[in-house]
Parts: sequence; structure tokens; C-alpha cells
Amino acid sequence: MTELSKTGAAVGEPTSGRQAPEAFLEVRDLKVHFPTDDGVVKSVDGLSFSLEKGRTLAIVGESGSGKSVTSQAIMGLHRLGTRGKNVRMSGEIWLDGQELVSASPDEVRKLRGREMAMIFQDPLSAMHPYYKVGDQIVEAYRVHHKVSKKVARARAIEMLDRVGIPEPAKRVDGYPHEFSGGMRQRAMIAMALVNNPELLIADEPTTALDVTVQAQILDLIRDLQKEFGSAVIMITHDLGVVAEIADDVLVMYGGRCVERGSAGEVFEQPQHPYTWGLLGSMPRIDRETSERLIPVKGSPPSLINVPSGCAFHPRCPYADVPKGNVTRTVRPELEQVSTGHWSACHLSAEDRERIWTEEIAPKL
Amino acid sequence: MSETKKTDTVAEAAVPKQASAPEERDVLLKVEGLTKHFPIKKGILQRQVGAVKAVDGIDFEVRKGETLGVVGESGCGKSTMGRVITRLQDPTGGRITFEGRDITRLSTGQMRPLRRDIQMIFQDPYGSLNPRHTIGSIVSAPFRLQGVEPEGGVKKEVQRLLELVGLSPEHYNRYPHEFSGGQRQRIGIARALALKPKLVVADEPVSALDVSIQAQVVNLMDDLQQELGLTYVIIAHDLSVVRHVSDRIAVMYLGKIVELADRTSLYESPMHPYTKALMSAVPVPDTKRRGQKNERILLRGDVPSPIAPPSGCRFHTRCWKATQICKTTEPQLVELKPGQRVACHHPENFADQAPQDTVLLSAAKKASELVPDAADGSAEEASVAEKAPVTEKKPEPEKASDAEKKPVAEKASEPEKASEAEEVTLAEEVAAEEAAAAEEAGEKTGPGAKTSTGKPSTGKPSTGKAAPEAAEPAEPAEEPAAPAAEADAPAEEPEAAAEETDRQAGTDSQESTDK
Repeated sequence: MTELSKTGAAVGEPTSGRQAPEAFLEVRDLKVHFPTDDGVVKSVDGLSFSLEKGRTLAIVGESGSGKSVTSQAIMGLHRLGTRGKNVRMSGEIWLDGQELVSASPDEVRKLRGREMAMIFQDPLSAMHPYYKVGDQIVEAYRVHHKVSKKVARARAIEMLDRVGIPEPAKRVDGYPHEFSGGMRQRAMIAMALVNNPELLIADEPTTALDVTVQAQILDLIRDLQKEFGSAVIMITHDLGVVAEIADDVLVMYGGRCVERGSAGEVFEQPQHPYTWGLLGSMPRIDRETSERLIPVKGSPPSLINVPSGCAFHPRCPYADVPKGNVTRTVRPELEQVSTGHWSACHLSAEDRERIWTEEIAPKL
Repeated sequence: MSETKKTDTVAEAAVPKQASAPEERDVLLKVEGLTKHFPIKKGILQRQVGAVKAVDGIDFEVRKGETLGVVGESGCGKSTMGRVITRLQDPTGGRITFEGRDITRLSTGQMRPLRRDIQMIFQDPYGSLNPRHTIGSIVSAPFRLQGVEPEGGVKKEVQRLLELVGLSPEHYNRYPHEFSGGQRQRIGIARALALKPKLVVADEPVSALDVSIQAQVVNLMDDLQQELGLTYVIIAHDLSVVRHVSDRIAVMYLGKIVELADRTSLYESPMHPYTKALMSAVPVPDTKRRGQKNERILLRGDVPSPIAPPSGCRFHTRCWKATQICKTTEPQLVELKPGQRVACHHPENFADQAPQDTVLLSAAKKASELVPDAADGSAEEASVAEKAPVTEKKPEPEKASDAEKKPVAEKASEPEKASEAEEVTLAEEVAAEEAAAAEEAGEKTGPGAKTSTGKPSTGKPSTGKAAPEAAEPAEPAEEPAAPAAEADAPAEEPEAAAEETDRQAGTDSQESTDK
């Protein structure tokens, strides 16, 4: 496990073919489409990435870029109940040698909670208000372990203690509404980690929290990851959080990956104009207050009518730099920029280098 | 002749007034001792059994043309404050003066003409627009309500406003659901600006928006301020946004302003420990800084309940610098540096306001273990050195606090290489062991037992911590109310006390746990 994480080649281009990959988690050409009355919503449209144990991958993007749908697809949440009829999924998701897209719901259920677990953005709606926090953790544990309630309860208390809830023996009998926002998020992390999952997906785990609590939760996730050596997918729109916690970054736009690489590369040498836009629109506490922010003009695209060519072209200030009409007609594919750093953009390497060093970097 | 004389005297009379007036006249909104308590009622008779003290005595003023940012954690009363100063809610006490006129007790009818001048932008762009009204009718509502007939007609003016905020005039007949979040927020801004207000209170104007859209709205508000000479009060929890937009910033904690300063002073040398902790918690989009994690101050726990706020300084339950005085005496918001008002007994980056008081509270002790901060330690030393000449009479307590901080710094620098996980667990273990030891000491009266379990567990810092621990029981004995006694007497006090504790550890710690 440690050997794998040491290699660190978490964002290599996935190999093709239907055979089990070496990576712990590998997603190949994942497509998640939702047919609606207005047309097909292409929430995720050809996404590939891989992740090793012990590493943290951050998926960044605006609302509606397909971040959350990706994570729910990995967890197999789209196929639950009646919802399964309204989704079209294709591609492959390999988790520890097992393919999930073609697996039966029962197989996925065995993995869910045990091999992979999820932390949601809003802990108040993710927890059942009628049941005690402890009972909900106990349930998650007993689904996968044949143990008595007493043992499971001891385990729940142990987990609550581990995530830093004071007086866990007392709070285990509390209801979600009796917990504060930060506490609830901790309790949910305890619930997610009760089975020692090897893949932890955190969907905007700190967005609803205050900065001070956010710092606590991020530290907690980092500590627990070190302790358990799990792989973590962190979904967020806050680049500050990404810089803090992620090893690798995947930037999504319009259901596709537009840039991916190690956190250092993406922050120091971002290649895609959308990444520049994200960096430019963030007010930063560590730099001189520049006069103005550099926003990305316009709004995120509709996923029903994704713009032709490069999905970002209507908002891209450099859409006319490449010759001809290429940005409007041809969809750019991911190309390797440097080792482990991929970007999908029609701009030539020289143009990107020039724009980044001359126009963008000085303003950040 | 007589006329000129008359004007002369008038001018003369006017001059002194003007000389003193400019500052007064610059102030657009002045708030004094503002409180807002929400009663908690119980039983059949609905008797009031308590109150949520959402805003509990705040003073500030907003000058013309500036942007005042208000930050704080959720539940600190910042939104209530915004609603009270716009008189959407009635204050419980205090005074609100707008352009020199007391508006605290104006009735709804009396307030109405003033609504032209005071407008509000709301947080939730989905909840603040009526879904059954078209954009045209939403944005023209202020004209209708105020009976204003703008030049060229209402429709033309509304379309001009829509263009001003970056929307298309054709959107006039659309409904809110046809717009994205950022566009809706623009509609809210257009509505707020319709009557050319003097003061705009914006409650979390961008927190519901995506980063890229957030930047658009921030820039828009900035442009409009310059174009229309607006004055903003911007309430937000995002410190980077507030820093970007504000000229001055008020930091709120549990219904009180703990620090009020201009942007540069506040962000470069925050004085209140709470401000410092808030700043250090903001994630920065820079991977290079990741190695410097240690400068972060991790506050433990949550904001206490505003129903029963802590005594004295409200932050003392989470503050790593808290001493006895913080528990008993509430610090006043005083101007320590020009333009920087702080309510703290032991401010950062400045001379200690209560240097004689060195006894750390238990919360502070726990917190100081969690502040693995070498940089902070050195800053502390620097500030101590800077303080030394000022407070020459009382160098000893300073030293004590200095000494007790050093081990923390040392401890922090040592396990720096080690994982943070270990550090936290270590701190937790220590805390747990201390708690266990305290319990044990509480149950048994055997003095030896406590020292053996309590002290070695803390490991390295134990030597440093002996001083404050020892001083804790010693302090109340030697009249905390008479700090003058400290001047020369306590020269050996902490050290002597430390030795004393070692000898009488049993009884001393017994006292401390009893307390």
C-alpha cells in the first residue's frame, strides 16, 4: 500500500481495454447522461482519471460541471431504486480490481460503506433526523460486520471519539439536531469511516462551515487519511481548500476534464484558460489587494446544449487566438503538457506559456 | 455695511462649527450601544425565560463613501446587526443615527421615506425574488412604493438599471426562475440601487455564488460604488472577499465587535486573538505554503451559545491567551492604535493591556498545546521585547508568560517533521490524561497520585507549565484586585511558586481542581 502511494503516479493516462488496471481506482471514459423532457443532460461526458491509495485527488469546478455526479456514479448512487431508470451510464470504474459500472446492484452495495464511503456537503440533510447519531453509525457498521449491537455501539463511540467529539459516550445518544454544524460534519465523517473504507469521497465537506471549523475538519480528514492510508476524492470549488489538502487536481468544465495534474503543477503552471479564470477570480488573503478581480465572463454552460467545439469557448478570452474556427468546431482532447500534467486546449504551448507569464501570472 | 458685518458674524459663527463638524458630517450611519435580544418564551403564559443575545452592545460608524466589512462566524449576530441597522427588525436598545437623525424608534410609516436612502441586498438570490413577478415588476417595485416617477418613465429606468448591472434590457418580462444564481443576484442589486440609495447593506451578497460569478458581482459592486458614490456595509463570512471589498472591517464574536480597524492594519497586524485565529484559518490557494501549516491557530470547539454567553471576555473559552481577568472583566473596545479599536486584555502585536494577569485559564492551556506555532512564539518574544520598556515595572510576569510560551514553541518546532496526526493525537492524549488526572485528584485526596500522573504525561512542556499552574492558586491569595503590589514583589514570585508547587504539589493542585 505504501509502495503504491510512494510511486505517486496518480494521474497517468489510464490504459485502455477491459482489464483490471494497476491503479487502486481508475475511471475510464465515464459518461453519465440523464434523459429529460428537454433533452439529454450530459452531466459527465467522457471522464478518465486514476487514483492511488494514500493520495488525495481534488475535483474542482463550478456548480453544474459534473463534479458531484462523478462521485455519485462511483458510489453507484444513481442506480438506486427508481432513479436507475432515468440514467444512462457508460464507461468503466475500477475499484481495487473490480468493475463497478457493469456490476450488479448487490455487488455494489457490498462495497458501498465498506470499501468506499462518502461525506456529504450538508450533514443535516444527510443524517436522518429521527434516529440517534449513534444508531446511524451502528447501522452502517452492522451492515458490513456481523457483530452484536453492543460491540457496534462501542465501535461508534470509538469513532466519535476519534473524530474529536467531546464526551462521545454521551453524544452517541444525541440526535443530529443537537449537534452543531461542525459536530455534525464530524459525526458524518465518523459514520463514513466506521468500516475503514479505502476510498473516501468528500463532496464539498466544508462548504457549509465557518473557516475556523473548516480548518478543523480539513485537518481531521488529513489526519485520518494518514492513519488509514485511504484514497480521498475531495470535491470542492474552493481553490484554497484544494491547495491545502490535495496531491492531484482535476479541473472539470461542462462534464469533462479540462486540466489535471499534481497540485503544484496546476497552481504554479496552470495550462487551461478556465483554470486561469478560477485562479483570477479568487480574492486572496495572502497577496496585495489588487484593484480588481479577473472574473470568468458569462455563466456556466447548459449541460443539455453543451457549446460545440471547446465547451469553454463562449467564455474564453483567448478563443480567437488559435487560427481558423477550431475552438468552435473541434472538441480539444486531453494532451500531456509535462509528466503527469494534462490539459485540453487548442492554444499552442507557446501561446499558453506567453499568455500565462505575460498576462495572467502578473495579475494574480 | 451692516449686511457685510452680518455675513461676517455668520461666517464666524459657522467656522468653528465646520471645523469640528467635518468628522461628524462624514459619518453617514452611527450606531451606539445597539442591542437586539430575541426573547425565549415558555409555558402556557409564554413567560420570558431568557433571551438570545444576538447583538449585545455594539458601536461603530459608517463614513460616507466607504465600505465597512463585517465578518464573524455563523451565529455571531452579523446578519441580525444588518437587519437592525436597516430597521427591518427593531432594536432592543441603543441608538441608530442616520445622517444625524435618530432613526431608532421611527415607526414603519416614518421609516418609509428613509427606505429610499437605505437599501439591502440579500444573501439568497433564490429566496429574495418573488417567483410570480417578472423582473420588470420586481425592479420597478421601489418606484411604485415610493411614488417616484423617474425621468423617461419607469420601464425605461428599469431597463437602464438592468443594463447597469450587466443584464439585458430584454429580460424585463422574464421570471426569476429563468435566471442563474449570479444573474438573480444582479437583479437583487438592481432593485437595491433603483432609488439611488445612500447606504446599501449587503448581507452575504456573494456567498451563494460560484467563484467566477462571485468575482463578477464583487467587481460590479465595486464599479457601482465608484459610479454612484455608494456607501456599503458588507456582511460576509469569507475573509478574503471582505478584505477585497472593504475599507474598514469589523470583526464580530457573539454579538460584540471585538476588533474594528482599517483593512491593512487588520490583515497585517491583527490585535485580537480571535481575528488572528480567523485569518490563519483561511485556506490560501498556494501549494507552496503547505509546508508552513504550523502558523495556523486551530480554535477548538464551536461558538458558545448566545443565550448564555461566557462571562467577561466572550472569547475566553476558546482563547489561548486567556487569563483570570478575561473571565471576570469584559474588555472595552478601545482605540489602541490610530484607527484600530480592539476589545482585548492581551492583544496581539501590541502592549498587553493587563500584564499583571498571567494566570492562564484551563482553556488557554489546552489551546496553547494546540498552537504548534514556532513563528507565533517568536512573534510573541518580539512583542514582549517591545513591551518591556513600556511596562518596566512589571517585567516578571512578562517573563513568566514568555517562559511558558517558549516550551510551546520548542515543542512545536520539534515534531514539525513528524506528522500532524501524531501531534494532534499527542495533544489529545495530553488533554485526556490531564482530564483523567484531574478526575483522579478530585476523587482521591492522596496528593502524590496527582503529581505522578499529571506531570510526566505532559512531557517536555511540564517544566514550563509548572509556573502558570503554580501561579494559579497563588494568585487569588495575593489580591488580584491590587496589581500595584506586583511592581517589585513578584520578582521571584513565579519561580518561587514553581518550586513551591513541586513541594506542595498535592495541596496546590487540589485547590486548582476544586476551583
